[in-house]
Order: sequence, then C-alpha cells, then structure tokens
Amino acid sequence: MAGVHVSTTVNGDDVEFVCPGSESLLDVLRNRLGLTGAKEGCGTGDCGACSVTVDGQLVCACLMLGAEVEGRQVQTVEGMAQGDQLHPLQRQFIENAALQCGICTPGFLMAAKALLDRNPDPTETEIRYALAGNLCRCTGYDKIVRAVSATAKELSQEATTKGSKKR
Amino acid sequence: MANAKGSAFLLAGGTDLLVRMKSGAIDPELIVDIKRIPATQAITKTASGFKIGAGVPCAQLGRDAALVKAWPGVVEAANLIGSDQVQGRCTVAGNLCNASPAADSVPAMVAARAKAAIVGAGGRRSVAVEKVVTGPGRTSLEKGEFIEAIVLPTPAPKSGDAYLRFTPRTEMDIAVCSAAVNLTLGPKGVVTAARVVLGAVAPTVVLVPAAAKAIIGSTLDDDALANLAAACEAACAPIDDKRGTVEFRTEVAGVLARRAAKLAYERAGGK
Ligand SMILES: Cc1cc2nc3c(=O)[nH]c(=O)nc-3n(C[C@H](O)[C@H](O)[C@H](O)COP(=O)(O)OP(=O)(O)OC[C@H]3O[C@@H](n4cnc5c(N)ncnc54)[C@H](O)[C@@H]3O)c2cc1C
Ligand code: FES
Ligand code: FES
Repeated sequence: MAGVHVSTTVNGDDVEFVCPGSESLLDVLRNRLGLTGAKEGCGTGDCGACSVTVDGQLVCACLMLGAEVEGRQVQTVEGMAQGDQLHPLQRQFIENAALQCGICTPGFLMAAKALLDRNPDPTETEIRYALAGNLCRCTGYDKIVRAVSATAKELSQEATTKGSKKR
Repeated sequence: MANAKGSAFLLAGGTDLLVRMKSGAIDPELIVDIKRIPATQAITKTASGFKIGAGVPCAQLGRDAALVKAWPGVVEAANLIGSDQVQGRCTVAGNLCNASPAADSVPAMVAARAKAAIVGAGGRRSVAVEKVVTGPGRTSLEKGEFIEAIVLPTPAPKSGDAYLRFTPRTEMDIAVCSAAVNLTLGPKGVVTAARVVLGAVAPTVVLVPAAAKAIIGSTLDDDALANLAAACEAACAPIDDKRGTVEFRTEVAGVLARRAAKLAYERAGGK
C-alpha cells in the first residue's frame, strides 16, 4: 500500500511522518516516533496495553491506522509527567505497588487518566468498569484500583485546598 | 471505491477491520476512511426520528441525552460493545456491516425498526436493518455501496425498548445469546404493538413475529410471558460450541426475551 504523509500533534509537539496506509498508530508511535510507552500486548484490542488518547478520547493504538491521526491531538504515556514531576497517578501506582513487570502500566495509566478527567470521583465499580479494557497478568487488579482511588482523593483534596486559598 | 482494482474496504471505527488485517485474513489494496466525510460524524434529530452518521462512535450515542431517552435499548446495546477504548471508535453501522450473528447493536436496531441509509454509484436507497445482513460476514450491499447513516424513527407514545445479552464475563465478551424487545402500550397497559428480536441463535439475528403476537393484547401477565419465551425458543437455530450448547442458548434466549420484555414494558410506563 502507498505511503501516506501525516501531520499531527503528539504530546503537544507537531509531528510529521510517512507510513504505509495500513500501518497501525501503535507501530507508528513505537517504530517511527520512538515512543515505546504504548505496548503491544495483543494487537487486537483485547488488552489495552496500547491505550492512548486521540482528541481526548481513549483508544487502542493497535486498532487505529497511523493515517487516521492526521490533524488530531495524540497523547501518550510519555506526555503524562511534567519534566521530572510524575503525574499523581504515576506516583500513586508506585506508592500502591500497582505494577510488577510494568507491561500493562502505560495502558492502565492512560485509561485511568481518561476516567479521572471525565469523572473525578469514581466509585470502585466505576473504576473497575472503566479499566475493563486493560488486562494485567501479574499484579492483580486490587492494587491498581486502589492506586486510582487514592489519586482521585489526592486530586480532590488538592482542588479544595486550592479553592480555599483563592477565597 | 467501485473502481478499485484490488480489494477495497471501508473504514469506520476499524475495530473489526484492523483485527482482520492484523490476522492476515484480509490485505486491503485500498482503505477509505468514512469518518472524513463530515456528514457521517453527527447524530441529527429530524422530524421523523434520529439519524446516526456512520462515523459516530458508540460512546457518543451514550452521551446524547435525547437519543438515550428515546431509544434506551438501542443505546444500551451499542454501549455493551467492547471496552471504553473500543467504544471510542466502534460504530453501529460497522457492527451491522461486520455481519456477526452476535453483534450487540443489531437486535436492538431491528426491534426499533431502524433503517440503513445506503449510498452508491446508483444513488440512494433506504433498507430495513434486518435486510442488510444475509449471513455470517455477508451483507446485501452492492460493490461500491456503503451505509451513510442509521435512521431510527421517533418512538411511538407510551413505548419502550430494551436489550439484554448473556456473556460469561460482564465486560469484553461476545454474546452467547441476546434478546431485544420494543413494545407500545395502549389504554390500561395493554401491549398494542411489539417487536421481539434474538441475537446469536442463528446465522443472522431473527425477528420473531410469533413472540410479538404472544404478548400483543396482554398486560404482560405470566401466561403471555411464557408464550413469548416458548415462541423465542422455537425460533432458535443456534450453533453448538464451547461457549454454549444448543440447549443452553435456546433456553437462555427465552429467559432473556422475557426479561427484556418486562424492562421494555416498565420503560413504556406499564406497571
Ligand atoms: C476488543 C474488542 C471487543 C469487542 N466486543 C464486541 C462486543 O461486545 N459486541 C459486539 O457486537 N462487537 C464487539 N466487537 C466487534 C466490533 O467492535 C464491533 O462489531 C463494531 O461495532 C464494529 O464497528 P467499526 O466501526 O469498528 O467497524 P469497522 O471495523 O470499521 O468495519 C467493520 C466492517 O464493516 C464495513 N463497514 C464499516 N462501516 C461501514 C459502512 N458505513 N458501510 C458499509 N460497510 C461498512 C467495513 O468495511 C468492515 O468490513 C469487539 C471488538 C474488539 C476489538
Ligand atoms: S495491543 Fe492494543 S489492545 Fe492489546
Ligand atoms: S504488571 Fe505485568 S502485566 Fe500488569
């Protein structure tokens, strides 16, 4: 299949690449752009290890073509930390020991971030449903769910203290 | 597309197409991304109902308050497809065209009397959703034709719809069997019209007029529900596989139809 020229934005940076029309976004990110955070667990939408967001919508990068992100805003796990400052979710994953081998972690982080962006105070059931598209073979899900809950609490406390300072 | 030399495929959400490309089942010469046609991107409320563009991801159906209110069963079926990640991409038109007997949104769309707005070199035509799929992986679309939108009618007053499926896991699983019911009530809670549709129990979804007949004229009493379940069981011709035996699928189809009918009845305002 002929090459497609694509201009897009990845983690806030303008990016251009050429890829075959049939190449997945996951292969583009990993092999052309050197962003290896998103992992290929299955390549068929089942495991969520390749989760990224496109225009704010959580997707499996293995189920999208690179050509489909023309003019879009792509966010990957590489864009989560601010320099040396880990995102609260990343910190809570470490503090709650919510990872072992770490293959699934970038996907869980992106899915959890998408959840908290849309629902800052999720119940445990809501967290479990939102993460149903992400599989972990080592850690088990309890610690992951706890890490997400703890982040939600941390962020809401932060928001209230910030709010009271303003007043 | 009609002039493509090799195999040409339409891309909607890609959640079936990319899996088939990955497995090597298909190797498209040309892929046409339907989402780049702006008209396919919106859910529009029209005088006669709702037009769901063929590029609209299922997650967007769940966010459309008017659609959820009008067709809760169609929306709950569409929102059962895959995970949040899959929801962000997959479309109901793609679910239909992929032509799996277990496609979740299809029984609910058939129950709702949805139509597929089809465009091709020969012009436009409108076809009932149940006429689109002809067998597993096969549709009645001609080469070069595609679905531009799925059109749902305005629901009749005092009507309700519901969709239920059986899966071993609560999420991320394919229906072993499923049932959709859409019904309308007259005075005193008597059912005046109904559509009962089963999924995953035959090569295509099956509309079961005998099941509808069993509840029309009733207030959904136990006898009517038993007749509905029996009619559903009689309409089943499922496969036998590790996910469910013939006996199991047949019995569960009746149970699901009964529960879906009760839910639709409540939603229609019946007690
Ligand atoms: C992890 C995972 C879980 C899933 N879970 C479920 C589930 O629970 N229930 C379920 O029913 N399905 C499930 N699916 C299957 C799939 O997500 C659905 O069938 C989905 O609705 C397909 O829509 P799409 O827009 O992604 O289709 P695509 O992959 O874009 O297209 C599917 C097929 O239809 C054709 N097509 C698409 N749109 C049109 C159109 N407008 N006109 C003509 N032809 C068209 C394409 O060429 C292709 O052959 C799952 C898939 C994955 C990967
Ligand atoms: S690699 Fe994309 S879901 Fe598994
Ligand atoms: S930590 Fe190994 S798969 Fe989740």
